[in-house]
Amino acid sequence: MKKLTSLILAGLLAAMMLTACGNNSNTSSEASTASTASSASSDAEPASSAETEESSADDEITGVVSLSGSTSMEEMARALAEGFQALHDGVTVDVQLGGSSTGITNVTDGVSDIGNVSRDLAEDETGLVPHEVAIDGIAMAVHPDNGVDSLTLEQIAAIYTGEITNWSEVGGEDMEIYVVGREAGSGTRDAFESISGVGENAVYASEQTSTGAAKTTVASTPGAIAYVSFDSIDDTVKTLAVNDVSISIDTIRDGSYVLQRPFLMVTKEGAELSAAAQAFLDYALSEEGQDICEQVGLVRIN
Amino acid sequence: MTDVKSSALSKANRAKNTIETVMNGIFFVCGAASILCVAVIAGYMIVSGLPAIQEVGLFNFLFGTEWAPTAENPQFGILPMILTTITGTLGAILVGTPLGLFTAAFICYLAPKKLRTVLTAAVELLAGIPSVIYGLVGITVISPLVANLFDLPSGATLFTAIVVLSVMILPTIVSVSVTSLKAVPQEYSDGSLALGATNVTTIFKMNVPAAKSGIITGIVLGVGRAIGETMAIIMVSGNVVNMPNLFGSVRFLTTGIVSEMSYSSGLHRQALFSIGLILFIFIFVINLVLTGILKKGSKQQ
Repeated sequence: MKKLTSLILAGLLAAMMLTACGNNSNTSSEASTASTASSASSDAEPASSAETEESSADDEITGVVSLSGSTSMEEMARALAEGFQALHDGVTVDVQLGGSSTGITNVTDGVSDIGNVSRDLAEDETGLVPHEVAIDGIAMAVHPDNGVDSLTLEQIAAIYTGEITNWSEVGGEDMEIYVVGREAGSGTRDAFESISGVGENAVYASEQTSTGAAKTTVASTPGAIAYVSFDSIDDTVKTLAVNDVSISIDTIRDGSYVLQRPFLMVTKEGAELSAAAQAFLDYALSEEGQDICEQVGLVRIN
Repeated sequence: MTDVKSSALSKANRAKNTIETVMNGIFFVCGAASILCVAVIAGYMIVSGLPAIQEVGLFNFLFGTEWAPTAENPQFGILPMILTTITGTLGAILVGTPLGLFTAAFICYLAPKKLRTVLTAAVELLAGIPSVIYGLVGITVISPLVANLFDLPSGATLFTAIVVLSVMILPTIVSVSVTSLKAVPQEYSDGSLALGATNVTTIFKMNVPAAKSGIITGIVLGVGRAIGETMAIIMVSGNVVNMPNLFGSVRFLTTGIVSEMSYSSGLHRQALFSIGLILFIFIFVINLVLTGILKKGSKQQ
């Protein structure tokens, strides 16, 4: 009897394993057929029933829009690409990385339609048309009890390179400065280090892996200072004025708050954009595109 | 009549044989699955970890002291992380072993029965707490405490990580030690006590040496746990790639992978896989040591 039961159980187990495997392969193959089917149908007949009205106007727009450049702009570019492709079935937006300078080179050489550049163009970078899509603002956050209200950009740089190590040196109480930053590869870190002029010389006491973690560290450490993206600021931390200008959408937009950088999409001067690329650029600057920029933590330009 | 009987018998036999064959097959498949997993993971780690090591150079990778993956001239030296992992694990073992061994001895020989039940249950519970909870307690309780105690700007230090790790490896050391101490024949203790030795002498001179290989196994398992721990220590160690400094911010091998995975690309990402490969080798060596100890132990018996 016992053996019989075990046999049945074993059989059941085996059957379950088999069905589990079968299910897996089934679903995955179904999914892949489904996706090929949908992409095939969208290629063949872009005017699918639900979006007939919207896409009928842009029926001619097809092809690939190639972007390349700044890693910091990746999140924004991908979000915009997603939104744009949802509107235009026939367009693929290809976002490549490589850094702002790569983006410029690629546009100049005609490799990419649009270059993502997360800084102002240098004087010798000519032959390009910059389109400002959004602004990236960086807030300096300190503990709410910190007596210091304002720092100059030079002081901030000196703190991050380890030249200034005590709050008393910048008008605060006698307390060691706990320098908090983000991990290598973070867009905020890249932005802060390039704008402040700290470059690769930053000396951190703590590297956090997310904006939230950096903020929490500051909120729980009296001597801490951290750079965090502007949209994440809340009551748990205090933001410092930089060069006596406090951070706000207005001061970022009018340029008086200096810890900011433009997100540019550059195109080649004199060369005509493909219809798809032009439509993408227009989309990025449209109300909807600007909403997307705001959603990923940037300041809209209009 | 006999014919029918024998045919029924052979039928039963055949059924038995079928059961045997089928069960053998199932056991084989289950056994093969885990081997396959190990093989696939090992293969994947080697394939994805080697390119970066080749590009950076094994010596530069293992013994380079600068980790600057996104710099203009990227540096991929993981020596600070390797040393931090070793120091952190050693520290945790130094604190955790006596604590765990004494707890085990207390549970086995000295504790009153009721306390023993409570203590055993507590240790088992400790083993079941998710590591993120250890991290939370570390960041909200231990870290500020360390900062106050040693007058530091922040408690996110190697020291805090060691404290958290030593608590985390306690259950492993305690439970394995208890098992091996219980396996020591009662006659050993009886003999020792009959010769006039005290309880403490008996424990340290008789029982612990007799249970040596089991206790060492527990410690090695604890080392494995400490080396592989990630979630708890990423929350309490500060995460800056520095040479190990008891009261400074440090980054372990495990946290090195996790903290930069999300934004990394190209050689940087490959280098993170290489860190994984090194970590894998660490764990592999520890397991080899463990197997060695267990073999030696079984031979002695």
